[in-house]
Amino acid sequence: MHELPVTESILEIALRHAGEAQAKRITDLYLVIGQLSSIVDDSIQFYWDIIARDTIAEGARLHFRRIRTRMKCQECNLEYEPQNSEFACPECSSYRVQIVAGNEFFMDSIEVE
Amino acid sequence: MIQRVPVVENILNANDRVAVENRQTLEAASVYALNFMASPGAGKTSLIEQTMKRIFSEMRTAVVDGDIATSIDADRAAAAGALAVQINTGGECHLDAVMLKSALAQIDLGKVDLLIVENVGNLICPASFQLGTHQSVLIASVPEGDDKPYKYPGMYRGVDALVINKIDLLPYVAFDMDYFRRGVEILNPGLVTFPLSCKTGEGIEQWMAWLRTQVGKRKKA
Repeated sequence: MHELPVTESILEIALRHAGEAQAKRITDLYLVIGQLSSIVDDSIQFYWDIIARDTIAEGARLHFRRIRTRMKCQECNLEYEPQNSEFACPECSSYRVQIVAGNEFFMDSIEVE
Repeated sequence: MIQRVPVVENILNANDRVAVENRQTLEAASVYALNFMASPGAGKTSLIEQTMKRIFSEMRTAVVDGDIATSIDADRAAAAGALAVQINTGGECHLDAVMLKSALAQIDLGKVDLLIVENVGNLICPASFQLGTHQSVLIASVPEGDDKPYKYPGMYRGVDALVINKIDLLPYVAFDMDYFRRGVEILNPGLVTFPLSCKTGEGIEQWMAWLRTQVGKRKKA
């Protein structure tokens, strides 16, 4: 589990951008997490409540936007969300597929006052 | 008044910046660096021992060992002839770029041709943390089971070479090589793969040939 250092990174990024915007308080953080990025949002929330204390981000709400894994078949060009563990194309059963989404892990924006 | 501030910044940006610094440090000293990742017991240290045996007289090798505790792995690497530095992560599940940076400071890189970083045994977290090494090698092993690419896609997606260790156990273990390789092919098409056994030595020469080529590309003048 490495959600603690990850949460520290989230705080650092948020404080830096809030500082640049000369904000007095951070109220909301919008995070994007891909299904394949193996990050547990409950754990981030748990650490967040502890490490944001006594900063201008104390009490800020975390919003997680989950991105589902999407693949594109290289044979028939179908884009799909894989349903089985083998990720094969549901149309033509090809295994020549490309991951087009699901890998994301970034901070999209923050709301400050 | 509430104001929306666009950020669009990768969360692991801070780590990635230090990884870039590490790469520059390695480049400046013409050191080729590999990141060995695997589950515990797959054979990372055994592969280092087997590799050291064969390159001992050709290139100067340093090993950085990441473990939660103990220096067993660094001791084994040192016994095999490597200059070894142990990092005890104190519970952390992976090495990160900052840990590698402090380890690099302990090594006289001018006297090193090859650096092998042995990451903490774990198939999840190390994949998310860039270290600054040139390439990553995943060491899978037959007794782990053939479903690992499907269960740990992040790890299989981000590596440059794959070793399948313990192939001497294939007759005794239900491991469908075709199923395994199909999963790998989806996640990482064309990934260079070395089925081998650190125990019998089978297949190790192909791995060594690849390694020599990689180091040769960055040989010190």
